Amino acid sequence: MGHTLVEKIIGNKVGHEVKPGDIVTVPVDWCMIDDIMVPFAVQKFEEMGFSKVAKPDSVVLIYDHFLPATQVDDSRHFRVGDEFAEKYGIKNVHRTDGICHQLMTEAGYVKPGDIAFGTDSHTVTYGCVGAFSTGIGYTEMAGILGTGELWIKVPETIKVEIDGTLPGNVTSKDIILRIIGDLTASGATYQSLEFTGSTVEAMSVASRMTMSNMAVEAGAKCGIFAPDEKTCDYCKIPYDDSIKALKADDDAIYSKVLRYRAEDFVPVCACPSLVDNIKPVSELKGVKVNQVFLGSCTNGRLEDLRTAAAILKGKHVAPFVKMIVTPASRKIYREALHDGTIEILNDAGCIITTPGCGLCCGRGGGILSDDEVVVATNNRNFLGRMGTSKVKIYLASPVTAAKSAIAGEIVN
Amino acid sequence: MGKVFKFNKDVDTDQIIASQYLLFPTIDEMKTHTFESLNSEFAKLVKPGDFVVADENFGCGSSREQAPSVLKALGVKAVVAKSFARIFYRNSINIGMPVIVSKELYDVVKEGDDMELDLEQGIIKTGGTTYSCTKLPAKMQEILDQGGLIASLNGEI
Repeated sequence: MGHTLVEKIIGNKVGHEVKPGDIVTVPVDWCMIDDIMVPFAVQKFEEMGFSKVAKPDSVVLIYDHFLPATQVDDSRHFRVGDEFAEKYGIKNVHRTDGICHQLMTEAGYVKPGDIAFGTDSHTVTYGCVGAFSTGIGYTEMAGILGTGELWIKVPETIKVEIDGTLPGNVTSKDIILRIIGDLTASGATYQSLEFTGSTVEAMSVASRMTMSNMAVEAGAKCGIFAPDEKTCDYCKIPYDDSIKALKADDDAIYSKVLRYRAEDFVPVCACPSLVDNIKPVSELKGVKVNQVFLGSCTNGRLEDLRTAAAILKGKHVAPFVKMIVTPASRKIYREALHDGTIEILNDAGCIITTPGCGLCCGRGGGILSDDEVVVATNNRNFLGRMGTSKVKIYLASPVTAAKSAIAGEIVN
Repeated sequence: MGKVFKFNKDVDTDQIIASQYLLFPTIDEMKTHTFESLNSEFAKLVKPGDFVVADENFGCGSSREQAPSVLKALGVKAVVAKSFARIFYRNSINIGMPVIVSKELYDVVKEGDDMELDLEQGIIKTGGTTYSCTKLPAKMQEILDQGGLIASLNGEI
């Protein structure tokens, strides 16, 4: 019997074949703990009575949600993290480098075939390089810190096959939003999403990252792409036989197969306040916009900033619109400075902020009030996510975000 | 015997406990804000032994363990839903709070109904009818039986 990609990754790690439903204990290659969860994970680790961290070099602490601190107790989280790192010999600490999910691959940690867990639901992002990664709570993280392993249930897999060439104004964000709309917010719960086809093969790793990142919005345990030469370039590893073997077998068994023609995709938004409330942008004519947010672990990469800059070049955001741009990492910020992207965005009237989670988690600058509308490139439009529970959040691609900022209403 | 508090489908963790309260140092300080955007009276009205009954995909969204933790801290005996988001489900077991899948209960109970749960037998009694609920995988039941992952790992060390 053939295997899906996630079954192969898990099977390789445990040293025997696995099938969906099997409960197996896996060695953990990477643990990511973000600043929100640090004090809680540390407390649970101590309550469990561990005296040492099993694999300190596999642990990465990243401060991003609370950066820079905006409320009086935020900086305590950094201190607790620093003390924990010092005490247990954890060297991988990123204090100001950017968003955890960007850094876990960008800074060279997670590679194809790895297994990673993080204290944030968007840990699924590392599926973009062909890793199995998913979010867990802080108590489980404390358990991994002490033991170096975790039990998991091998998920079933939904195959998503996309072939053809995307229309020019459509990005991978529009694709994943449409898939979430079709599957619903719970349609892939407990399952792996495996993205295949000529359209995803043609995509950059950055574009794939957007899709892996949002897999959890359909409830998925992970969202994976088979690694290819582009993946290896990004991860700075050779494209050898071990990497080539990380793909699903032709006779793999899927719980469901979704097939799409790339030419059929159109720009869409996830409308308030559900991630699966997907509508074509063409049906949202006349929706006035107060703010636009370009950033987050979903769409804060260099290609996203460049896409927006190409649209905003020589233009200006509408007078009543605040457009906030938050690069996902310090590296991206630097590259966007060097190639002139930041200058174009600045000249167009954008507010450029320091790398971090920023507005996406409702903690950074740009909090909104009742009945205000924000077009945002991040991953969640839940009630109260970016301000009051009456803020209307429309999730969209960087193309839609930039065009809407100029028009002052939702357009693409 | 406890009262039923009902919630719709796709209740996300931001709705259970919003992110602005996650900086509070303890779960006890967070718990008064539970379900604030959906039912601002919930934290005042709920009593130990009461139940949360929900439609599909309860606890979707973020990985915040504070979501099941505030429910447990308020004394919620169990969450019974048609289905759960996976991180919320694991987190609940790990902190020792029962999460029970029942495809039928949501459609038959009303807000404020009395309900009884017998975990060992896997049955729920309400309105004179008995309903069976889905059993946990053995690994999870073991963790739950020991009162959560901390107690479970303490036993191994």
